[in-house]
Order: sequence, then C-alpha cells, then structure tokens
Amino acid sequence: MKAFRILSRNIRDSFQSVFRNFSLSLASISCITITLLVVSISMILSVNVNNFASLVEKDVTIVTFLDSDISEEKIKVVEQEIRRLNNVESITFQSKDEITKEMKESSDTFKAIMDEWSEDENPLQDTYLVKVEDINKIASTAKKIKAIDGVDIIKYGEGMVEQLVAVFDVVRKICLGMVVALIVVTAFLISNTIKITIFSRKREIEIMRLVGASNLNIKIPFIFEGLFLGVIGSIIPIIATIYGYTVLFENFNGQLFSPFIKLVEPQPFIFLLSLVLVVIGILVGMFGSWRAVKKYLKI
Amino acid sequence: MDLIRMKNVKKKYRNGVTAIYDLDLKIKKGEFVFVIGSTGCGKSTLIKMLYREEKPTSGQIIVGGLDVGKLRNSKVYKLRRKLGVVFQDFKLLPKKTVYENVAFSLEIFGLPKDEIYSKVVKVLDLVGLKNKAKHYPNQLSGGEQQRVAIARAIVNGPKLLICDEPTGNLDEVTSMEIMNVLDAINKMGTTIIMVTHDTEIVNKMKKRVILLDAGRVLKDYKEGTYTHEGI
Repeated sequence: MKAFRILSRNIRDSFQSVFRNFSLSLASISCITITLLVVSISMILSVNVNNFASLVEKDVTIVTFLDSDISEEKIKVVEQEIRRLNNVESITFQSKDEITKEMKESSDTFKAIMDEWSEDENPLQDTYLVKVEDINKIASTAKKIKAIDGVDIIKYGEGMVEQLVAVFDVVRKICLGMVVALIVVTAFLISNTIKITIFSRKREIEIMRLVGASNLNIKIPFIFEGLFLGVIGSIIPIIATIYGYTVLFENFNGQLFSPFIKLVEPQPFIFLLSLVLVVIGILVGMFGSWRAVKKYLKI
Repeated sequence: MDLIRMKNVKKKYRNGVTAIYDLDLKIKKGEFVFVIGSTGCGKSTLIKMLYREEKPTSGQIIVGGLDVGKLRNSKVYKLRRKLGVVFQDFKLLPKKTVYENVAFSLEIFGLPKDEIYSKVVKVLDLVGLKNKAKHYPNQLSGGEQQRVAIARAIVNGPKLLICDEPTGNLDEVTSMEIMNVLDAINKMGTTIIMVTHDTEIVNKMKKRVILLDAGRVLKDYKEGTYTHEGI
C-alpha cells in the first residue's frame, strides 16, 4: 500500500513536471518526434524491400523435366523421391497434355503448329514445378533432383538466381544495419537532450536529497517523465505513419512502378509499426532520463 | 541526553585547507545553539558535516544515534529524514506550490493523503502561511519563502533543525519574525543549531553561543549576551 502510494505520487509528479517545465519538455519531445519520423521512414523502406525480396524469392521455381518415355508409375515414384528432399516446399505436376493445351490457348501461332502434331509425337515433356523453402540452398536441391532416376533436365535460372539472392542479402543487411544504427543514435541524441534539460533541474535533485529522498525516490519520477516524453513524442510520427502510408498505398494502388513490385498491405503493418515506434520512444525516453539523472546522484 | 556528539573531529579539504581542527562538541536535546565566527572560521563546514554534506576526515560525529562519518552516500537519506535544514537562499522548488513544497518531504515516506494534508496545514499555520498554500515561491516575499522552508524542514517532526544563516537575506524586522518562529519550534522540543553573522539576533535571543575561530572552539557561552569584538 505504502509502495503503491509512493509510486502513484511519482507518476503524478512526473506528469506534472512535463507540463510545468514545458519549454524544456518541448525540446526533448521534438527531438524524439523528429528521430522517430526518420526511424519510421527507414523501417517502411526496409520492410518493403524485404517484402519485395521474399516475394521474388518465392517465385523462383525449379522446373523438372521428366524423361519423354516415362511410365505412369515412374512419375509417381519421382514425385515421392522429390518430396523426400528436405528443402522442398511444394510440388506441382504438369502433364504434357496440359502444357500443350495451355500453349495452344496462349497464341494462335502455337495452335497452328501444335495442331499438326499427332498424339504420339508430342515433343513436350511432363514436368514437376518444385518450390524450395530456403533459396540459398537451391543449387544443391536442384542437383539432388537432377540425380533422381527418370529426371531428364532441370531449369531454375541458374546463375541469375544466385546473384539475385546475394544482392537481396546485402540490401537486407544494409537496411537492418541502418535501422539499428538509427535507433542507437536516437537513444544517445535524446539522452543528451534530456540531460541538458535535467541540468537545469540539478537544484531540484539537490533539494530532493536534502529533504530525505533516497536515490530511488529521485530516479523514479525522472524515469517516468522520460516515459511520458517518449509517448508524447511518438504521437506525431504514429499519425504520420498511419495516415501517410495508407495514402501512399492507395495512390500507388499497392504497387510501385510495375505490378512486379508490390507494397506491403497497410493493415496490420502500420499498427505494428506504430507499436514499435511508441515502444522505441518509451524505451529511449526512459533510458535518456535514467542516464541523465544518474549523473547528478551521488551513489 | 546528547543529541549531537562530536569527538576529535578534523576536516581537511582535498585542496589542502583544514577547516576544522580537533573539535569536541556536545549538544543536548532541546537546546538552541548559535554558531558564530568570522568568515572562514569553519562554521559552515561544521554544520555541513552534521547533515552529511561533508564527511569528517577523522574523528566521530554522532547525530541522533547515527554515526554520520560512516554513512554511505546511498544511505544519507536516512539521516536527512531525521533532521531539517534551512538555508539562506531557501532552496524551494520553484515549480511547486507552497503546499507541494512542504508536502514533498512527507510524500516520499508514502504517508496517506489526509495525514499529509493535516500535517502540512498544521505546520503552515504554525509559520503563519496558511492562506498562501497555493502560491508559488516566486509570488512570496523573502521572509515568507523562508517560513515555507522552515515549514518544510519541520513538517515530519525532526529532532534537529539546522539553520545556515536563515536571516542572511532578510531585513531586521523580518529576521525577528523568523527568529520568533524558530523560538516557538524550539519550545516545542526541537533542537536548533543556527549559524549566523547577526550579533543583534544573538544578543536578543540569549541562548547558548559557540564561537569558532580558525577551525577551533574559541568560546562556549552558556547563555546570555555576547559581545565579542571583530565579528
């Protein structure tokens, strides 16, 4: 009960203090606001790049051509053997008749040529379309499929896929590094701003010590104050994120330049991002206050 | 019974200046003691050691049963809760009202709200500021601010009140008002140690007077007027 009373008073005091020292609070709040805006933008960018990369990666397929004279039973056996490989996510069968039909429908030229083929001399082959779980291991998976008896040749865009994967890997790492660096820089920037504002309250801390406040008594209100500053500072970035991204998404119809580059759906993405922003704001605000007040305490 | 006992206390600052030499002092419960002396005689150092703003270099200081010299920085609050301190420059929190300034030293104990209210009102009444509870310090005169500071210092009923030139910034009439408040507090049983330059106050009050000179006790008058030249 006693501890609860002390805590609730601390919270009240820190809330009061945000408003009674408003010009100083404003400095910290605007610092948090601006940096969170930058964090938000960089996270939107990196999440979209990431999303694009994984969409492209998902599209990569190992096309497995089977021997022309393969029997029905053998086709089943090959499927089972492919399924047994551990990197295989899905497998779809396309018979040569299906492919023929598809191609005939797709263009008149194909139809004209293919109509002349007799039932027995269809030069197309039955195929399996194999998608993999981890694109980094696609080369070894492809090799294993090739070794299966009854498989003629395989195609997955060799060379091109490896390059793409390497590029995406680098882009992802750069994005992640940027976001982390930004958050760290923000933390120290805000901590320094709060430190400057707390400097003017050195006297307050001195008086608190004088009337018998323990170090914890002194620290807690300042830490809560940092929490409030973080919450207030994240309001504008959150509104900007929710509103801005929704408008952006609708304006571009969910895609950038071509249908190939899809943007991430706004929901629930913007709400998750908002949550991340407010959490960063709170943590950074509390960390900044804690670091600042520690300097003025004799421990 | 002695509230304060100082034995062979010596204080040497890091810059090499020795402020207190081999000081022995006993102050009983309920006493009103003036500490006087010329500038640099060590009287500020003496009381700073009492509320553990400074540590003695050697010797022993006991305040209300606590060995002040051995108190760690993180435990200083235990001592501070047993005593009140009043300064020349008041040291009020400018962003808090009179009521909040006084209530602050009770809130950190976690007392219930109604108990805090009755104690604060009582003590504001004692110093004559009941009707200014909602004012901020900068809306008050110097004498009123000092009375707020006194109210804050005594609100949790300390055994000892330390005053560091509480009338230094105030005119004669206001100073006497403050002294009357302090005298009333002393009559209620609180021990008071007051550092001052004001010989007139000392002479009027007729209390125990300790005269320091160059870090040593030069005279210890039991009571009565004091007329030492050169101060």
